[in-house]
Amino acid sequence: MKFGVLQFPGSCDDLDALAAAARVGDAELIWHADRDLHGADAIVVPGGFSYGDYLRAGAIARFSPAMESVIEFAGAGGLVLGICNGFQVLCEAHLLPGALLVNANLRFTSKQVRLEVSRPDTAFTRACGSDACLSIPAKHSWGRYHADDATLTAMDEAGQVVLRYAPGENFNGSLRDIAGVRNERGNVFGMMPHPEHAVDELIGGSSDGLAIFESIRLSVEGAIV
Amino acid sequence: MKARVLIRPKAGILDPQGDAVARALPALGFTGVEDVHVGRLIELEVDDAEQLKPMCEKLLANPLVEDYEVQILA
Amino acid sequence: MAEQSSQGETAHELPTVEDAIALGLTAAEYRLVCEKQGGAGGRAPNQLELAMYSLLWSEHCAYKHSKKLLRTLPTDGEHVVMGPGENAGAVDVGDGLVCAFKVESHNHPSAVEPFQGAATGVGGILRDIFAIGARPIAVLDSLRFGEPAVARTRYLLDGAVSGIGHYGNSIGVPTVGGEVYFEAPYEHNCLVNAMALGLASRERLVRSAAAGPGNVLVLFGASTGRDGIGGASVLASAELDAADADKRPSVQVGDPFEEKKLMECSLELLERGLIVSLQDLGAAGLTSSASEMASKGGVGIDLDVARVPLREPGMEPFEVMVSESQERMLCVVEPENVEQVMRLCAKWEVGGAAIGEVTDSGRMRVLRDGELLGDMPVSALVDDCPLYDLQPRKPSEPVYAAPIATARITLESPPPEILLAILSSPNISSRRPLFEQYDSIVQSRTVRRPEQADAAVLALPGGGALAVSIDGNGRRVAADPYTGTVEAVLECAANLACVGAQPLGTTNNLNFGNPEKPHIAWQLSESVRGLGDACRALDAPIVGGNVSLYNEGATGPIYPTPVIGMVGRLPDARRAGRLGFARAGDEIALAGPFAPSLPASELAKLLGQPLPDGLALIDLAAILAAHDAVRAAVRAGLLSSAHDIAEGGLAVALAECCLAGGLGAQVELGEDFWEAVPSVVPSPRSTSPAPGQVTAALFGEAPGGFLVSGRAQALQQLAQDVPLMALGRVGEDVLNIVEAGATAGMMLTLTLDELAAAHAGLAELFA
Repeated sequence: MKFGVLQFPGSCDDLDALAAAARVGDAELIWHADRDLHGADAIVVPGGFSYGDYLRAGAIARFSPAMESVIEFAGAGGLVLGICNGFQVLCEAHLLPGALLVNANLRFTSKQVRLEVSRPDTAFTRACGSDACLSIPAKHSWGRYHADDATLTAMDEAGQVVLRYAPGENFNGSLRDIAGVRNERGNVFGMMPHPEHAVDELIGGSSDGLAIFESIRLSVEGAIV
Repeated sequence: MKARVLIRPKAGILDPQGDAVARALPALGFTGVEDVHVGRLIELEVDDAEQLKPMCEKLLANPLVEDYEVQILA
Repeated sequence: MAEQSSQGETAHELPTVEDAIALGLTAAEYRLVCEKQGGAGGRAPNQLELAMYSLLWSEHCAYKHSKKLLRTLPTDGEHVVMGPGENAGAVDVGDGLVCAFKVESHNHPSAVEPFQGAATGVGGILRDIFAIGARPIAVLDSLRFGEPAVARTRYLLDGAVSGIGHYGNSIGVPTVGGEVYFEAPYEHNCLVNAMALGLASRERLVRSAAAGPGNVLVLFGASTGRDGIGGASVLASAELDAADADKRPSVQVGDPFEEKKLMECSLELLERGLIVSLQDLGAAGLTSSASEMASKGGVGIDLDVARVPLREPGMEPFEVMVSESQERMLCVVEPENVEQVMRLCAKWEVGGAAIGEVTDSGRMRVLRDGELLGDMPVSALVDDCPLYDLQPRKPSEPVYAAPIATARITLESPPPEILLAILSSPNISSRRPLFEQYDSIVQSRTVRRPEQADAAVLALPGGGALAVSIDGNGRRVAADPYTGTVEAVLECAANLACVGAQPLGTTNNLNFGNPEKPHIAWQLSESVRGLGDACRALDAPIVGGNVSLYNEGATGPIYPTPVIGMVGRLPDARRAGRLGFARAGDEIALAGPFAPSLPASELAKLLGQPLPDGLALIDLAAILAAHDAVRAAVRAGLLSSAHDIAEGGLAVALAECCLAGGLGAQVELGEDFWEAVPSVVPSPRSTSPAPGQVTAALFGEAPGGFLVSGRAQALQQLAQDVPLMALGRVGEDVLNIVEAGATAGMMLTLTLDELAAAHAGLAELFA
């Protein structure tokens, strides 16, 4: 199967996501100005500072030609993973509920965090194992997840919260310790921590992030969402 | 014509930037300051003022978490 | 100064020698400029020409007071691919790859506006790396401020760290290491030194010499505004005074997003073979970049300011030539390639404009819409600035006041109190509050992150890895500029040894006061002598560096502060060393020569002791042998941990290893320890060491000692190559230091939690 990794001016973790995805399947970069998704079976919107985070993180990237195609792709049920800035883009594009606001401590913070997998049965977490706690690095300054109470309640009821920061790990003030959410249909998923930076124990000590990419492969090949 | 858009965090949302400013002011000797909020200002020249509201809704503000106010200057 | 008229100038509108002096030139230098400009009686330069000379002949650009000294440094070596003189140096790292690296300072701008000063410092050093065709892969920073009790120090620290994080994080280059120190002499003259590394294939390296008369000069990147006008001559070549706030308009504002696009564009231009040479624009903007490109190529350049894309209306020609607007590059392109170059710029959404051409005139000519405004010989601008001999004289009285005692301890305080005081002191406590503001992992190469090992380690394709460390010293260099500098270089190499890396090359940033003062000239000369000797001994030649002088003000000079950056290689990334204890039951040992003493140590500083006159002599051969032995043991996978014993001495090193590993240690110091460790306070050999001897042994400092841990057999093997003293065993969750022997007693017992609480002392500065 093939992963398509979007690349905007200002993307930083695009090549990292590409390399991580390539451990699990084929992987190709998709230039932001390109409407053609090159037959990708799953799309990754990577981390970084697309368009310099100008105006708001992700606010400009969401309107790129490639993202227009991604929105169509998602509408047709295609799998889309948004990481960090990618999560921000997906929220701005209204493919996911809520918004990412400035960290409560107002600082860029980079640290390894433990995540609880609240939903181990999604298309993006099926390979994580139940009772899983993932060790994955997070690095961002605008990662505080916010949605109004009604939305949060609806999301809880629909099982849309997929990842939460384990106790003591929520450094950005995200409501209800939310670290990753999916849409109602379950084919679009965004997470603030960076699974592509936890795929090789030599580079950082944890390979827990590989399970996210592996889950996507299983979902595509099994065509179960 | 010249227009100005003021963007503010919605009431009730944690505003750590506003809090940081509110904490810093007394330390500099300014007392009696409350309820500080930090937002954004966008200034632009437009031909058609009707476009401003949709511009805010679509791009300039994130209506989920921000309120906006449009001012026509001239 | 008279405004330049648009119709050209008559003689009475030409700037005078007073104008030249206001711009930072001496009267003698001005007369020399007139001579160089030609004609029987010389020709006085016009305003534009004078502005350009004043910048290129400033200390910052011309290194007038340091160039002769720098020529004494070793610059050749079997691994050197590019030495000093280009935008960055480069060493061969195997498999057809080279590592480009350099360190630079941005001290004066950071003292005025710390966020932008530090950010643009990072931006500048990154441009130097991709200007030679290497993709930047890491940043490190060395920061020095006054004591944190001063509010302005906290403001500068916060601004500088935020600025470095903002720029490095946004552009996607990991900040993998660094250092920060707080000493009173830096209070009014902070130091912000930024180092960067890059990787390139050997054939991709590009030089900056302009070549090929008829070729086109293309400026690409951001548009040109009034940033930093006069920055080089105004800020870097003069001492700072109370009117600094007015200098704020001179500070450049950086945009990392713009630079990210610029970097990708530059690398793709090089990948496609579209450019002849490349140069980044830094201090003195177009003036220095264009002139230096011409000088290196032995050619001339015609540059038309009307073709430069401007951000501000109505900019004067001299403003265009001296602007320090960030994120701009200059390249030389063969005419048939210009269109493709412009298309690539458009793809990456960076501006691009053909602004001039290479000529064979040997002259730097500035035009506006074809009208000649300035005409100078390139050699006069770049090569003929007078170089000055220093007049060094060792000061007969102390230059620096004794540090103010800050800890509530004395020499006789119980060891646990002393250890907690040192661990919580700003120079020693954990730097986590800083490095957690930096992305240290983007690009997926980082094998050892901050606080995991003594050096940062970055994986190379093919299984090997690069190691890099940045280390400086001010206080010990002030006590002894020669020995202190040798110690700083050795510290860097020791950090590399702890991860298993062999040094390949060195970069240095020399931060000193006013070199026209004999005692500062002495500091500088002695320090450069030490730098040269140490690099020669290590076979780690200097491949490039930077000098920042005039770091002093009304309150006196900074400590003489050479900052050393060193890059090394290890053959197997999986065997990169770690600093933390790893396994209960491992034996702990002290490897290498160890002659700790208190003068000029961190403890001496906390106690408010004055600086000594001179440091103890160094046994270089023994220290280098220890480096070799530890490096080999790490490479062989023999050791669980290796940590260089540095500031705070043995007890602090033990605490750091415990904290990094989350494991305690049971340390026994027996008679062989007290015999082997020379004491500062001689005492008759009784059954116990004297209190002063205990303090000196636990907290004294000296180069050469390593704290290692591993299985007993592994340490026995190491003992064959280096003096090794068993200290105890890893285990439990307390650090116990016991005096073994007849009157055995507990010298120190502290839980991991107590150590951690003290070690977190810096966090409150970032609350």
